[in-house]
Amino acid sequence: MSEITSLTLFELIKNIKEKKISSNEAAKSFVDRAERSKKLNTYVTENFENCLKHSKEFDNRPNFDLKLPGIPIAVKDLFCTTDVRTTAGSNILNNFIPTYESTVTQNIWNEGGILLGKLNCDEFAMGSSNETSFFGNVQNPIAENIVPGGSSGGSSAALAANLTPITIGTDTGGSIRQPASFTGTVGLKPTYGSCSRYGIVAFASSLDQAGPMSKDVKDCSILLEVISSFDKKDSTSIDFKRNNYSKDLTNNIKGLKIGIPKEYRIDGMPDEIEKLWQKGIEYAKECGAEIIDISLPHTSYALPTYYIVAPAEASSNLARYDGVKYGFRSSGENLIDMYEKTRSEGFGEEVKRRIMIGTYVLSSGYYDAYYLKAQKVRQLIKKDFDEAYNKVDAILTPSTPSSAFKIGEKSSDPVSMYLNDIFTVPVNLAGLPGISIPAGTDKNNYPLGLQIIGKPFDEQTVLNIAYSMEEKINYKNNISDWWIK
Amino acid sequence: MTIDLKTVKHISKLARISLEEKKAEKLATDMNSIFEFIEKLNELNTDNVEPLTSIAETTLRFRDDKIKSENIREKILKNSPEKNDDFFVVPKVVE
Repeated sequence: MSEITSLTLFELIKNIKEKKISSNEAAKSFVDRAERSKKLNTYVTENFENCLKHSKEFDNRPNFDLKLPGIPIAVKDLFCTTDVRTTAGSNILNNFIPTYESTVTQNIWNEGGILLGKLNCDEFAMGSSNETSFFGNVQNPIAENIVPGGSSGGSSAALAANLTPITIGTDTGGSIRQPASFTGTVGLKPTYGSCSRYGIVAFASSLDQAGPMSKDVKDCSILLEVISSFDKKDSTSIDFKRNNYSKDLTNNIKGLKIGIPKEYRIDGMPDEIEKLWQKGIEYAKECGAEIIDISLPHTSYALPTYYIVAPAEASSNLARYDGVKYGFRSSGENLIDMYEKTRSEGFGEEVKRRIMIGTYVLSSGYYDAYYLKAQKVRQLIKKDFDEAYNKVDAILTPSTPSSAFKIGEKSSDPVSMYLNDIFTVPVNLAGLPGISIPAGTDKNNYPLGLQIIGKPFDEQTVLNIAYSMEEKINYKNNISDWWIK
Repeated sequence: MTIDLKTVKHISKLARISLEEKKAEKLATDMNSIFEFIEKLNELNTDNVEPLTSIAETTLRFRDDKIKSENIREKILKNSPEKNDDFFVVPKVVE
């Protein structure tokens, strides 16, 4: 049975379609493995019994025309799921049971996917190590007491540990790509407007995007095809012609121009990241791509811009948590006192810090100096990419400035934690698609990722380059089952 | 620029988050180190730059102006911390 859990999504679908494995057998294997993997703390809410029941129903009336026929899938606990608790990793939503479904998860169920459960994440997706979750740290399966990245840390850990064949995360500043890089998995942030934000607990609305996380690039293309859709319920959803990403996937990238931005060579970048990048450039050349040096001059302003825009939007979005209509409520002497205590007890430290920053930059007298300034710099950052894309088809960078670090190593210094997202944040600010693929290891044998950034709505080129390079890199995850009971 | 304790307390009022004295001090320290990092933006002249408010360059779509009546009262009240019949209950606001 353990072999089922190590299959890729593509292989699992094939086996189910050929009736070599039933949906129920698959569900049982993943549930059984999850029961023995509690030490990783990946699940916030398990949906195991329902999953087993629904998989049996699928087997009784199978539909093999679906794209995810009877496939059990665990998802980040930021997606609202009807009648299944949705916490966003926060105490303030500890008891929240949605009465509606997010569009992205609905798309998955419509194609035959079955919910295994809800995966741990940083509180309201604010974090880069999964340490801000109210439900505790997640262990990275690559080694004990190492963070799985964040905010989609439960998703990356569950995927790398073979607890789910595929998963979805959300990415506001790197929350899919950085945890993918830390766990030796693949993670794609689509173009802003590709995947509906309806039913996703909001963090920063102009940056948030849902995206697939997978064991390889082919799987990533299958899931993107399912979740990317135009949705009237999201006012920023974009109606464009979407590819059949998995069908159109090709490893032929001959003649494509790939840009190497010199500004990503930052001070103090570890040698092994620089080496990985050079190796990536060689692989891209071997694949037939043409390498071109480019400049993205405003790169170093991306993080400061992000730490104005994201908290500002978060402080507005999180104003709704007041203890009145849903979620946690504390008692107070009067209405205002109740609000203040509810929010003080319901939110964790990082979330409160960001609400405070956001409130400050939007407050009277500071709006122009901070928020408006940041929006202007955001324009400059986007223009950098627009100009680069006159010369190249895609851009290749490292995914993160380091490999996965120890639990507790960076949690006391917010700024050093924020620096984790230095290569991923510009992509969100410009609304572009970006993928992280595993490309090598550091001296401890921890995985390192490379990021491929594409033109708006050109997920196909991003996937094709990743697919082609993946073949050359031939990365093998060496994860021992150290946590299994 | 430094953010003092008084400012932190004022912001916490605006954000409706009650703060203990000790936590306020820690928050002031954190916020100052974050803003030190943010100040970097002042190096740039942005006088003639249009602010970027949204990446999705679309005008908001209009929905059909039709009355849609769905009986979702129970769904809306389902997660309320305290309710009374069809109402959310909050601490008394009128004497």
